[in-house]
Amino acid sequence: MAETVSMPKLGFDMQEGTLVRWVKNEGEQINKGDVLAEIETDKATVEVESSASGTVRKLLVGPGSVVPIGSPIAIVGSPDETITQPAIPPSVKKKKTAAKSEDVTPSKKPEVIQPEPALVLKSAVAAEQVPAGSETVKASPVAKRLASEKNLDLGRVQGSGPGGRIVRKDVEAVLAGGIGLRSAAGVPSFIGRGAQQIEARQDETLKLSKLRQIIARRMTESKVSVPHFYVTHEYRMEALLTQRKQMNEELEEGDKISVNDFIVKAAALTLREYPNLNASFAGDQVIRHGSINIGVAVAVENGLLTVVCQNSDQKPVWQIASELQEMVGRARAGKVKPEDIEGSTFSVSNLGMYDVENFSAILNPPEAGILAVGSAREVPVVKDGSLQVGWRMKATISVDHRVSDGAEGARFMQSLAKFIEQPWRLLL
Amino acid sequence: MSKITMREAISKAIWEEMERDPSVFIMGEEVGVWGGTYAVTKGFYDHFGARRVKDSPIAEAVIIGSAIGAAMVGQRPIAELMTINFAFSAMEHIVNEAAKLRYMFGGQFTIPMVIRAVGGGGRQLGATHSQTPDVIFAHFPGLKVVSPGTPADAKGLLKSAIRSNDPVLFIEHAAMYQLRGDVPDEEYTLPIGKSTVQREGSDVTIVTYCKGLELSMKAAEQLASEGIRVEIVDLRTLRPLDMQPVIESFKKTNRAVIVEEGWKSFGVGAEVASRIYEEAFDYLDAPVRRVAQDEVPLPYNRTLEQAALPQVEDVIAAVREVL
Amino acid sequence: MKKEAQLDLYHQMVLIRRIEEQAAELYQQGKIGGFLHLYIGQEAVSTGLIAARQPHDRVITAYRDHGVAINCGLPANEVMAELLGKATGVSKGRGGSMHMADASKNFWGGHAIVGAHLPIAAGFALGDQYAGNDNVTICMFGEGATNIGFFHEALNLAQVWKLKVLWVCENNKYGMGTSVERASAVPEIRQKAEGYGMPNSRVDGMDVMKVYEAACDAIEKVRTESHPYLLEAVTYRYRGHSMGDPERYRKPEEIKQWQENDPIGIFRKQLVSKKTTSEKALDEIEARVTQEVAAAVEFAESSPEPELDDLFKNIYAES
Repeated sequence: MAETVSMPKLGFDMQEGTLVRWVKNEGEQINKGDVLAEIETDKATVEVESSASGTVRKLLVGPGSVVPIGSPIAIVGSPDETITQPAIPPSVKKKKTAAKSEDVTPSKKPEVIQPEPALVLKSAVAAEQVPAGSETVKASPVAKRLASEKNLDLGRVQGSGPGGRIVRKDVEAVLAGGIGLRSAAGVPSFIGRGAQQIEARQDETLKLSKLRQIIARRMTESKVSVPHFYVTHEYRMEALLTQRKQMNEELEEGDKISVNDFIVKAAALTLREYPNLNASFAGDQVIRHGSINIGVAVAVENGLLTVVCQNSDQKPVWQIASELQEMVGRARAGKVKPEDIEGSTFSVSNLGMYDVENFSAILNPPEAGILAVGSAREVPVVKDGSLQVGWRMKATISVDHRVSDGAEGARFMQSLAKFIEQPWRLLL
Repeated sequence: MSKITMREAISKAIWEEMERDPSVFIMGEEVGVWGGTYAVTKGFYDHFGARRVKDSPIAEAVIIGSAIGAAMVGQRPIAELMTINFAFSAMEHIVNEAAKLRYMFGGQFTIPMVIRAVGGGGRQLGATHSQTPDVIFAHFPGLKVVSPGTPADAKGLLKSAIRSNDPVLFIEHAAMYQLRGDVPDEEYTLPIGKSTVQREGSDVTIVTYCKGLELSMKAAEQLASEGIRVEIVDLRTLRPLDMQPVIESFKKTNRAVIVEEGWKSFGVGAEVASRIYEEAFDYLDAPVRRVAQDEVPLPYNRTLEQAALPQVEDVIAAVREVL
Repeated sequence: MKKEAQLDLYHQMVLIRRIEEQAAELYQQGKIGGFLHLYIGQEAVSTGLIAARQPHDRVITAYRDHGVAINCGLPANEVMAELLGKATGVSKGRGGSMHMADASKNFWGGHAIVGAHLPIAAGFALGDQYAGNDNVTICMFGEGATNIGFFHEALNLAQVWKLKVLWVCENNKYGMGTSVERASAVPEIRQKAEGYGMPNSRVDGMDVMKVYEAACDAIEKVRTESHPYLLEAVTYRYRGHSMGDPERYRKPEEIKQWQENDPIGIFRKQLVSKKTTSEKALDEIEARVTQEVAAAVEFAESSPEPELDDLFKNIYAES
């Protein structure tokens, strides 16, 4: 009996995925759990495992197709059985970048694997790859009018409105020479400024890596469309550092706990008291997530990934440490699993190892909060009216102002102190 | 400039016009000895006498019908409907006679009358006494429909209505009589059929009138604390509808919210939004939103009634939606 | 009444009759649109009534208004032009058959919503009372209108406020196809005035001189005693309610019986038998009317259509 493999949902906010590459071709053998394809979600490129064993009978979508979650992408069955073609929902869109492999309808010949598309971003489709007027760009009428007046191709503009609609400010940002435009060599300037003829070193034009493109899009979307506010708090670190030292003395090399592991646990426990910050803004409602899944930003080659410690509030610190360590390892090795990076409800970004006093992070959509953690530093402090030396660490929370307000952010940071400054509470 | 209530502004407008023009008189239920059920004509009976302050039977059709007749033969009656809900008993004369007689007889007749009517909900009067059916009347060519949102506008517009040679339905809001505002001490009138910007801003345009103005001003105040600059256009007259300030504002902000107290279906919001789409489509940055009464006969229970009526929070939410 | 005045009444009645007969023809030719309600059979009521008014007395009636218009002195040419929807019509082609008026002749219109003009008539009298003059408002309506609320609100207000209105009910027996007995709680409409303490009387509406005398008497009372008065004129319409009336509600014999009492025939007999005038003189009047009607049709047909550019004119006095 043939089975259908569908686009998996890899996170609560995932609605569709882009098929990047088929790992198996039609006619090949596959076992349940084997990698069938690579797909790209909003957050990363991940491997899709087959949910069935047998022969790959039909690949239903071509590389570059954007497929809603739950829609069939392939059929796996026995080599000789007659298979019926499931209906492809009309919402499966063919990306322009894969224009040649148009056939979402089955072809008799085994499908040739298309070369990996160079660019699969949803709205920042490169202008030179889009025949003029061939794609309906979702833009507000005023955005269309302004773009038309300034001879600007909206296909090159990043939309920040609802559903990615290009609105007036997006066009204005581009016209002002700011964000939201994919730069490309050879594209004539549309801004209408006279070119500055200064002899200079040649610019180097580098193609953005896929990860970089994703970061660019998601961070632009976040920074442009989400009103951020920031609250900074300074924490007394003596107790936590002592606690960590004592614990690590007992642990094997490789099992050691980082300051960040404590902070992840502390943030998770504090979020229990602040469900409004463990949330996502969604149009006319706020979704408060049932689970507290802390995402931890990990620097990887030419970018960053957020690995997720599920149910961080319910796990002991040593378990958080060991899970994060494994996931960070996979992330840096390029072997990240879908579950490593999906489902975070709140993020922690720690630059403590770089001797950073303090910084502010951009929210990781659709999360409502992210905690940016600086270094624990030995600094002069005033205690009982006299100057002393103490260990202090600054952290800054960024919050989606549509969901919460400054006072709540400040109270969160205060409550966080309870766990950081009295770390025995983390061990209860 | 004096700070006076809406009630005082309306009262003064009628008083001054009656002093100025002997052809002006007021008639209706309890306008005389009682002094007006909303005390607008308190003191009028004693000052002007029974000839010019006429207590009528409770018979809305003949109140409006006879005012039309008196206006056609040269007087300037102000016919008061105790509430606009009773206008339905006089619907024939408001929409089929007052609005049509001039046109239908080739312009021979002139009907210089004012129909004053009190509308609006929020006072726990139940479904039949709490309506805002303004748009029904604004539907008819031949009628002018005015509904002010400030004491100064009320006075200036009512004086114009009394001096107008056309039938004017002047709609007051029962919950706004205590509203205070600056009103010029000197003689003035304001033109009927002119919308006006009541608050300047650049991020979003709120189009509203009457009670909606009060809600919108409060909403704008709160949004200002977040840096959102709201521009408010007060229609003041529903017919003839002056869209020019609305379109001008919209071309600046590209976003609009329409706030009215009446039901949403087929309402002011529907009309204004359509005109924005027709006249300024290329300036749209977001769909136009409407804030209006829930589609339910207004209940007596206070909590339910308030839930059905548009509130400041609804206006704020709608503004956020279009931003 | 002087001889000339009586001949003038005869002329008016014949003119109304012939104009309406002509209108019926034009209607059948498709030259007149909408509704056409003919007054044929009822000419004596309006003719006798209007003859009794002073020029400053106001007249207002319902939609069966061509006859009243002629009696009030509106030119036949302009009445016919209005029927044809021409720019030269009394209402500039905006009103049609049911909406004729001429303020300069103190004729305040035919009104097409049953009973709705009664409150307006009360308003005319209110305006005149406010102005302090002695104008009387004559308000005509059919017996069908006395069953609607407007009638009762208007009669009550007129009586309470002592307004100078002569209410004239033309009881032609049928409100469209429903006889007065089937529609009204009391068959004699004047009884309804009793309920408001209003003086009233009933007159034979087929006899123009009787109507005239009753109207003179009633108008005098209204003017000098300052109160409303209801005069019921019993009459009959020979034609259907409007063009295209199947007339299933009455028998041809009934119409025939009333036609033997034709108001024009009755008046003609009176004029001749009382030796007021001769048959020949009356024939001359009839011949004159024939020419007047032909001229009116000629005028109307050759008149221009209203300008399309004027479509929006006169919605308001001030734009």
